[in-house]
Amino acid sequence: MTSDEIKDLILEIIEDIDDEADFASLDADQPLRDQLDLDSMDFLDIVMELRKRHKLQIPEEDYPQLASLNSCATYLEPLLKDA
Amino acid sequence: MPVSFSQLDNSYDVVVIGSGLGGLTTANRLAYCGHKVLILEHHHRLGGLSTWFKRRGHIFDISLHGFPYGMVKTCKKYWNKEIMQSIVQLPHIVFDNPQFSLRTTFDKIDFTKLLKTHFRISGEVIDKFFATVAKMNFYDDQTMTTRELFERFFPGRSDVHRLLMEPITYANGSTLDDPAITYGIVFSNFMNKGVFTFEGGTDKLIGMMTDELEKNGVTICARAKVDKVITEQGRVRGVSVHGKTITAKAVVSNSGITNTIQNLTDRDLYSDEFYEKAEKIRVNTSSCQVYLGIRQGEKIDDVGDLLFTSKSPEFDSEELLDMKTKSKTFSIYYPKTRPGSDQYTVVASMNSRYDDWAHLDEETYQMEKQSLIARSITDLEKYLPGVSTKIDWSEAATPRTFNSYTLHTRGTSFGTKFEGLDISRSISKEVAGLFHVGSVGIIMSGWLGAINYGVIVANDVDVFLKS
Ligand SMILES: Cc1cc2nc3c(=O)[nH]c(=O)nc-3n(C[C@H](O)[C@H](O)[C@H](O)COP(=O)(O)OP(=O)(O)OC[C@H]3O[C@@H](n4cnc5c(N)ncnc54)[C@H](O)[C@@H]3O)c2cc1C
Repeated sequence: MTSDEIKDLILEIIEDIDDEADFASLDADQPLRDQLDLDSMDFLDIVMELRKRHKLQIPEEDYPQLASLNSCATYLEPLLKDA
Repeated sequence: MPVSFSQLDNSYDVVVIGSGLGGLTTANRLAYCGHKVLILEHHHRLGGLSTWFKRRGHIFDISLHGFPYGMVKTCKKYWNKEIMQSIVQLPHIVFDNPQFSLRTTFDKIDFTKLLKTHFRISGEVIDKFFATVAKMNFYDDQTMTTRELFERFFPGRSDVHRLLMEPITYANGSTLDDPAITYGIVFSNFMNKGVFTFEGGTDKLIGMMTDELEKNGVTICARAKVDKVITEQGRVRGVSVHGKTITAKAVVSNSGITNTIQNLTDRDLYSDEFYEKAEKIRVNTSSCQVYLGIRQGEKIDDVGDLLFTSKSPEFDSEELLDMKTKSKTFSIYYPKTRPGSDQYTVVASMNSRYDDWAHLDEETYQMEKQSLIARSITDLEKYLPGVSTKIDWSEAATPRTFNSYTLHTRGTSFGTKFEGLDISRSISKEVAGLFHVGSVGIIMSGWLGAINYGVIVANDVDVFLKS
């Protein structure tokens, strides 16, 4: 997956969590949590969904790497390079 | 429909012991992740404490008094939209005690107004208090108690302490001496938008959840009490139930954490350090309830949905637990609870100690139950004059009742004190494949807490099964 595909994947997962999420003014460098009103349960959903869809095991200590859209892409790119 | 015991397979990916909201949610999430899941429930009915019973045309709900708005998002994400759409607000919350009588929607906006106008607290202090509790997290400092939190913001104001504490004591059995974070998290959840309920009643909710579980391929078997978790070389192998072994790669116990460690598993599975910590877990207090059915065709006035009433001069956790407490909440169920029905019921709830009831001989026990019913009706008369002539069914439940239906240690209504959370979270490090879900640590209890905890534990189990 390319970096852009990964960002689309994350947004798609977030949309499943909250179908009213508004991505129009999303800043890819800023924390998703504040911009989209995500809580820790939502982040757990993202991790579970990545495991379900791509068999990705993300250790708990790496959760902070999923903070912004860009940091997600940077962290996940090597893990999803063959996906 | 739940299947009969003889139809069960010999092997599943996961066995969930118990069908409380935590167990049901873990099962549902694990099925969603692709695992073959079996739920075994000791009672004939699913739901655990989230339950109901029928008498003479009345349906009595046990734990449908109110939950925070967070249930909307949680039910939508982890159950389905139909369940979410049945969640409605309980708009009229009433307080009546010797210190104050008022009506509120029990949310931040209304509480801010009340604290200003009724209790004469400055806006600045109120804002700071709300900001402080809203920031609280379960990994924060636990040394500050709720009493200290209240003294910091509202020194000497026992009336304000009562307003802030009494509902939360009923909601989760916590006291002024528990860590302030357990108060702050639960209180903030409610203050978000007020108190909500499930339209259609507990029976409808559990029915909808059962349908969803079956749609997702979960096998459910009631009247199946698990006697033991079976292990081999420190790893889970399955469970023993009605003399049969059912194997599983993982076992999730929704039985109480103290039960799970002391009754369902052997001592030698655990390290000394873990076991000693587990032995020190304090379970929360239990409850008494009085169920009153209003005769078909009779009506009662709308005097509020949830009434926190007391004749005790001040809030006092010990007084709330007394067998003859002067404090109780009344949940009044109007026909709107189950649209289409014309039934009215009232449930009086009190916090209670197991030890006060456990050792009474049968005759005294029955007598105490009758006087509990009589006191509840007398107290209710203040809000609904003449109601006693309209009641055609009355019945009481005590800590003994809760113990016998759920098997919970000392009939605990709200799981354990804070230390139970750590033990529940770390049991899988002691015994590979063994997990616990269910009310622990005060914050993981209540309908919302139990469901969200079910999701957290399902994630752990999924990681385990896929690694
Ligand atoms: C009187 C009362 C009023 C309440 N009011 C509210 C309220 O208004 N709002 C709110 O949010 N919360 C309320 N609660 C709390 C809420 O009901 C609970 O926190 C929540 O339902 C607990 O879910 P749980 O997952 O911990 O499991 P539980 O509901 O405790 O269920 C555990 C299940 O495991 C089963 N089990 C145990 N051992 C075995 C075994 N060996 N084999 C098979 N099955 C076993 C039991 O039979 C039970 O079904 C109330 C509780 C009580 C008692």
